[in-house]
Amino acid sequence: MMDGAGPVRSIGVPTPLVDGPEKVSGKARYAADYLGHDILVGRIWRSPVAHARILAVDVTKAQALPGVVAAVTGADCDKTFGVLPVAMNEYPLARERVRYRGEPVAAIAAIDAETAQRALDLIAVEFAPLPAYFSAVDARAPGAVLLHDDKPGNVERHATYAIGDVDAGFAAADLVREETYHCAEVCQVQSEPHAALAEYDAERDELTVRCSTQVPFYVHLMLARTLDMEKSRIRVIKPHIGGGFGCRTETLAIELIAALLARKAKGRVRIVATREETFITHRGRPEQTTRLRIGLTRDGRITAVECETVQRGGAYSGYGIVTILYSGSMIFAIYDVPAARYDGYRIATNTPPPGAFRGHGTVNVRFAFESLLDRMAAELGLDPFAVRRANLLKAPTFTANDLMVNSYGLPDCLDRVEAASGWRTRKGRLGPNRGLGMACSHYVSGASKPVHWTGEPHATVNLKLDFDGSITLLTGAAEIGQGSSTVLVQCVAEVLGLDIGRIRIIAADSAVTPKDNGSYSSRVTYMVGNAAIEAANNLKAVLVKAAADRLGVRVEDVECLGESYRAGRQDEGLSFDDVVKAALADAGTITVKGNFSTIPASHGGKKYRGAAIGGTMAFAYAAQVVEVSVDPDTAEIRVEKVWVAHDCGRALNPLAVEGQVQGSVWMGMGQALSEETRYHDGLGITGNMLDYRVPTIVESPPIEVHIVEAADPHGPFGAKEAGESSLAGFLPALANAIEDAIGIRPTELPVTPDRLMALMEKRARDGRATKAS
Amino acid sequence: MKTVLSLRLNGRPRDDVVPDNLLLVDYLREAVGLTGTKIGCDGGECGCCTVLIDGRPRHACLTLAAACQGTVVETIEALETGGRLSAIQRAFHEKLGAQCGFCTPGMVMAAEGLLRANPRPNEADIRDGMAANICRCTGYVKIIEAVEAAAREIAP
Repeated sequence: MMDGAGPVRSIGVPTPLVDGPEKVSGKARYAADYLGHDILVGRIWRSPVAHARILAVDVTKAQALPGVVAAVTGADCDKTFGVLPVAMNEYPLARERVRYRGEPVAAIAAIDAETAQRALDLIAVEFAPLPAYFSAVDARAPGAVLLHDDKPGNVERHATYAIGDVDAGFAAADLVREETYHCAEVCQVQSEPHAALAEYDAERDELTVRCSTQVPFYVHLMLARTLDMEKSRIRVIKPHIGGGFGCRTETLAIELIAALLARKAKGRVRIVATREETFITHRGRPEQTTRLRIGLTRDGRITAVECETVQRGGAYSGYGIVTILYSGSMIFAIYDVPAARYDGYRIATNTPPPGAFRGHGTVNVRFAFESLLDRMAAELGLDPFAVRRANLLKAPTFTANDLMVNSYGLPDCLDRVEAASGWRTRKGRLGPNRGLGMACSHYVSGASKPVHWTGEPHATVNLKLDFDGSITLLTGAAEIGQGSSTVLVQCVAEVLGLDIGRIRIIAADSAVTPKDNGSYSSRVTYMVGNAAIEAANNLKAVLVKAAADRLGVRVEDVECLGESYRAGRQDEGLSFDDVVKAALADAGTITVKGNFSTIPASHGGKKYRGAAIGGTMAFAYAAQVVEVSVDPDTAEIRVEKVWVAHDCGRALNPLAVEGQVQGSVWMGMGQALSEETRYHDGLGITGNMLDYRVPTIVESPPIEVHIVEAADPHGPFGAKEAGESSLAGFLPALANAIEDAIGIRPTELPVTPDRLMALMEKRARDGRATKAS
Repeated sequence: MKTVLSLRLNGRPRDDVVPDNLLLVDYLREAVGLTGTKIGCDGGECGCCTVLIDGRPRHACLTLAAACQGTVVETIEALETGGRLSAIQRAFHEKLGAQCGFCTPGMVMAAEGLLRANPRPNEADIRDGMAANICRCTGYVKIIEAVEAAAREIAP
């Protein structure tokens, strides 16, 4: 044994994705990439009206068309689905009523796309129209028809709390300001349109579904529920996934409809949604109006916060209750807020249902908060960094609403971007129409209470070690492009001191891998990472024991060097292969597992209904500075550069952390500058990537990432989340930068040139009026 | 109507009977089985289907298969040599120019077209050359780095 050949280190090493070669070579197969002569084409007939009773759905002519194999309608499924057990109010295919334009009503499986399309044209549906509401204001108006009988006033959920003495806080403030902020509805627009391939084995009454989902386990549950099948007769396989950003964190109708069609056709059915259908399926970030009031002392200390926010919740519940609760709970846990009052209203409307978009629930309120804080800092003559520093938390602590904060890198994040951007020397000195703005943001590292509470561990990882010396990592965690498979391999490799090439990963196939709740709320690195570490430690214990027996020493005398195990420096030691042989001789093929469960202290509070939302094992933090220039003639905004610092606890894979942070900031930029789903009488009129205005490479700025590592005591090697916290800060940082550039503070997003031009013209008019008087 | 389409696809001559209204992207994916070329939109928005026709990047979703008569068509599957990634593919992999990977075949083909025409592009050239391809994961920062790295590798 050569001295010095120690364990291979994986953690902290910039690591390209383990599934990268498949992706760059075109070999990676996504849900739409499974071909076969027998695969039928599924197509969905969608409602042309926004709100109506369904009087009749007639598919007889469609069914009679040669080449049509199956047709399904609401009559084929009387079970609702939804992600929250308390709010499953959606049918795969509408029954009795449609509540938004584009809602699935019927579906066809045919031998080819052309036949399927012709069959759709033969479907006849009779509607009795109902009044439709496309804004939260209209849906809440007295006398409005209820979308759901059990939601009086069309209020899906009123979330409310009062924490601390809010009135005393405002009374003690030196400055109290109130402002209303509005954010347009936005969509994830992940690269891959939704797709599902369902295979029904009539001989065995078994169903296999491959679909573009972030939550294969939830899809499994909803397939069983809506098809009324035993869970054990269903297999869900997650192929490669072309992004998600939250729109696939709940079961979508498309996978259920594909399965209903496949069972009826007794074969294989593939549905590939168009981009427009993917927009209609939605589950993005809701339109939201936030009235915010903050009290500050002269030196910038927050004394009280009052927030009333309204979300246009769309036609069905989805994650809505959780979204409106996050909007409230996450007012806390970034600064020391002693008192806050919150009223959040999630309103049912006749628009497609929004869902859990990256930064779930927190983004639009953070925009309001950081914008108002900036404005008030200016009034008090305080630097934007100083006002944030006046309100920092001291970890470990619990917030006033009982959220556990054990690690807190925000102070370092502030220092890093202040220095990197040259804030102190450049702010206010960039010349006309150019400015700097900053803001902070935060997010959870996994929700500590899962939506389907079963009492099971949050995560389980299995490792198999066999005769060939390869280790197979089995996880239900859904790799969706965020690098979850890579980070899990790194965790196992690090513990065992082996090169990552020794470890093979199989992810998210319900027949093979342990159950996992899925990729959402930034839970995978933290929770599944910890489970992977425990599994690897268990495997290491088996190997060390086998080595000890073979070497004739005590277990504690064995040193694991990854590719070799030895007892003392002079010992020649055993190669990894020898140790594996020894271990297998004792036990046969070795399988071990690791679990992870959250601790009760992280489960959030009990001070109000829904207080568990926001509870997490660790918060990640980010601060960013945005530099903009504004064209005074066209009101066009150009983002020149972004400096962002993200506290991810420990960067397990610094390359992936950088990529996640850049992607988050950029996605925030899209929402702030140009993205918006718009409707005309409930008809989506931005259902493509051009009208929706996705930023291209041309207008995308350099994003300089600074990684801050405030290690979390419970995190896997100290890690926390890296893929969401940095998004929310961009929106207010941009607004603050625009104020710095031209003296106008936008309160409505996106700040499109027409919106900004209107503000500039108003200022010019007001200026003239002032001069005239 | 149908046409006998004769072309050179990824280095091999082919003759296929294709309907006149068949899109090149559907020909590649469904008829030939080359699913590396992706469909990310309803036509001409995202660039995921970018292939090279006679060496130039083109949207396969806006091209009729029959219009490719006598051309040389290259898809993402053609870039590897001897089972190893091309310089551009390797750069996208190593620099994390691909996250979810769905836009990646189109991005790589756009970069391939760009670097064949302009082996030493500056950053503005790269932004211009990749402007028809949308990515939702990376914010494009690492895509630019990947193309720059590939260019240095190919034409040092």
